[in-house]
Amino acid sequence: MSRAEDGRVHLTREHALELLRRMMLIRSFEEKCAELYTQEKIRGFLHLYIGEEANAVGVMQALEPEDAIVATYREHGHALARGISASAVMAEMYGKASGSSRGRGGSMHIYDAGHRFYGGNAIVGGGLPLAVGLALADKMQGLTRVTCCFFGEGAAAEGEFHESMNLAALWKLPVLFVCENNGYAMGTALSRSESNPDIAAHAAVFGMPADVVDGMNVVDVEAAARRAAKAVRAGEGPRFIESKTYRFRAHSMFDAELYRDKSEVEEWKKRGPVIRFTKWLLDTGTAHESDIEAIEREVETIVGDAVTFAEAAPWEPVDDLTRDVMSPAKGAVR
Amino acid sequence: MTAMRTITYREAVREALREAMARDERVFLMGEDVGRYGGAYACSKGLIEEFGEERVRDTPLSEAGFTGAGIGAALGGMRPIVEIMTVNFSLLALDQIVNTAATLRHMSGGQMSVPLVIRMATGAGRQLAAQHSHSLECWFAHVPGLRVVSPATVADARGMLWTALEDPDPVVIFEHAALYNDEGEVSAEGDLARDLDRAAVRRSGEDVSIITYSGSLKKALTAADTLSAEGIDSEVIDLRSIRPLDNETILTSVAKTKRAVIVDEGWRTGGLSAEIAARISELRFYDLDAPVERVCSVEVPIPYPRHLETAATPQPDGIMTAVHRTLRR
Repeated sequence: MSRAEDGRVHLTREHALELLRRMMLIRSFEEKCAELYTQEKIRGFLHLYIGEEANAVGVMQALEPEDAIVATYREHGHALARGISASAVMAEMYGKASGSSRGRGGSMHIYDAGHRFYGGNAIVGGGLPLAVGLALADKMQGLTRVTCCFFGEGAAAEGEFHESMNLAALWKLPVLFVCENNGYAMGTALSRSESNPDIAAHAAVFGMPADVVDGMNVVDVEAAARRAAKAVRAGEGPRFIESKTYRFRAHSMFDAELYRDKSEVEEWKKRGPVIRFTKWLLDTGTAHESDIEAIEREVETIVGDAVTFAEAAPWEPVDDLTRDVMSPAKGAVR
Repeated sequence: MTAMRTITYREAVREALREAMARDERVFLMGEDVGRYGGAYACSKGLIEEFGEERVRDTPLSEAGFTGAGIGAALGGMRPIVEIMTVNFSLLALDQIVNTAATLRHMSGGQMSVPLVIRMATGAGRQLAAQHSHSLECWFAHVPGLRVVSPATVADARGMLWTALEDPDPVVIFEHAALYNDEGEVSAEGDLARDLDRAAVRRSGEDVSIITYSGSLKKALTAADTLSAEGIDSEVIDLRSIRPLDNETILTSVAKTKRAVIVDEGWRTGGLSAEIAARISELRFYDLDAPVERVCSVEVPIPYPRHLETAATPQPDGIMTAVHRTLRR
């Protein structure tokens, strides 16, 4: 296993296959979601994580069960990598009552208190203050837990990003900021939206150590996350990772992708996190074709079971519409 | 017989903060200038010396950042009190309040609680002009998932905070800036005005119901006293909670008096007075002997000069005129 405390990743065969399995589960899950969207089983916005799998999978290796996660509206991958069941996430996509948020949130709002998974936030930058507060609570209670906050490079233009980075650095809070820089805030390229497109440089403004990592390489991401999480856990204050990545699919299912060349997408696909890691595993003899095929079958089964579960799951009764607007102790608004 | 004592509204807020922090170590106060400065309205003066800078936490000028941090800290097991200097500044934190604090419980299927208290000053009367004087309570009262209260008396300012902190949901407390120096009586201990749910009948009467809240309460009571000399017996209702509204107290009063005057320092258009008037017309239309009257702020940004600020906001004269109209006098 790769549990080296120095942040280096010692890739055993077992751990390597686990990384691949988790990335392939996300890939398979997301491809199924796209298919289900065309069948109108999933509605609303659907933001797929295809191409970015190495980020969630790599970072999660550095987190413990007691740590907290705040993610974005492109968070299916984070939820699955955190260990939330594919069935609960798929039922949420369907809007069914067995979903991770009882179906009320859908694709953009996955919550799981048991996994300390705090969304699922569809306001760009909106999750960062939340992460600061979770970390503040830990620090005030003397808990050595990490709050890991994922966001995209688009968030760096939001005031809440700068306010949160300042607060976390000022109060030396245990936050691991992970910027998944996929180059586009919806359809707006980074160079068209930031005066300084070097996102990691923003962290320096607050005196926050930052790492820039190849977000298409799961091993590199894991290594960077381990180094950063170790420092955060040791009470050294917040750390920042900029992970350079790319989404292979459209921003959402409504996106005609008029803002980027197909050739650019094809170039990035050659460096895809699954294809490249698979090739490396085979080239080095760490894994055999039969291992890959076994994982393919395994994740297809998990995703197939998730769809079966979601199809069979009940809808929330309309009578429950106003349940949990306020706590049950207080009752509904008169 | 409970012993009573007289303190100011500001002292009541400070006592409530001190009591909360002494009772529960999870409680902390966070906001701009709450610590070393002692609070923009001096509500937290002395508390940093007593509880330390961890629990009386000065923040940078980052309303969205520290309000969101309050939400996160509440999720993480603390009981934060976030102070925002004025309701006008809270607009910078509306994203966190409306999109996160108010939505989390429902959107997460009941998994997440946000036991956060947000306090802020509101209202005109101190010649602070159009970016420090507005009454935007109704914006917050519009939002499911929030509880909104507005202590109009010293006793309520003293008592409401603890109940708000015990609430598992986010509570927004509006403190009218023109009330901080007012004096009033509170119980020495024990039976403080803790409840957040019910409106209070501050003056009983038979002829007309004057329904108000916050800084307008004392103006309504002044008008009621003057009207009394003319033989008009007004009932004055202090809403206390503006989300949820206490329909029962409002409607019981209107059923009795058959006339209603709503006094709201917010603007008329789309405001709290419109909501209350609508409820009365929906539920007590056939009891009414006169159209519902409203006394609201004039639809202008609140101006600086005293005479214009006074003219822009509800005053006893205007309340009396409205009462006269309902009685066709």
